[in-house]
Amino acid sequence: MTETLYKIVVDCSTGEQTQVALSAEELAQREADATAYAAQKAIEDAATEALATLKASAKAKLIAGQPLTAEEADTLVI
Amino acid sequence: MTLVSTVTVGAGGATSIAFTGIPQTGTDLLIRISSRNSGGVNAALISFNSSTTGFSARRLFGSGSTVSSNTYTDNRGFYTSFSTDTAGTFGNCEIYIPNYSGSTNKSYSSDSVSENNAAAAYQALIAGLWSNTAAITSISLYPTSGNFDQYSTASLYTITKGSGGATVS
Repeated sequence: MTETLYKIVVDCSTGEQTQVALSAEELAQREADATAYAAQKAIEDAATEALATLKASAKAKLIAGQPLTAEEADTLVI
Repeated sequence: MTLVSTVTVGAGGATSIAFTGIPQTGTDLLIRISSRNSGGVNAALISFNSSTTGFSARRLFGSGSTVSSNTYTDNRGFYTSFSTDTAGTFGNCEIYIPNYSGSTNKSYSSDSVSENNAAAAYQALIAGLWSNTAAITSISLYPTSGNFDQYSTASLYTITKGSGGATVS
């Protein structure tokens, strides 16, 4: 059995609040939003991880007195 | 500042909270939200007049361990506590929408935090733009997945220029 999902709608002109079941279109939009968000977040997480890796590598090379790549230097220079 | 309406989510949760029939008597709108998401994500979206297109946003974000800035072309709204956060905690948010009834594109800003008794807790500042000149008559708030948990609340206020700052409930 599929769970029925509800939204709360308040009509500010009357103050009336109602609980309304989502339409098929709204359910589809909800799925699309979730998929788009997951894809965007995966990109952000990968970028964050890549930056952290570059910074760690840059730090290690600085300590060891080794030359940095341009990408590594970019993480240190504002 | 005048309270227009407050919504409290009941048992079973809600996929979204929608304010419709927003009075066009104010200058700006303010939304205050206390919310928790039943799902595994902390991001929530905002739509105006049932539209989710024409949005863009910049976000400054802190996760408890890293900071970042991002650009979006979606209707990014705010961040909230979610299922893995400490039980019973709710995120907080304010969204400010100036000149909501005017005939220019609509900007908004949101300042939100999640609550969690752990290192990972999130804070976000979002500057958003809805490239649409229509007056805002309805606003929907909804998590990207999952539901708003019971006891989540959202309050809508109008703020009128020259009103002296008094709060009217």
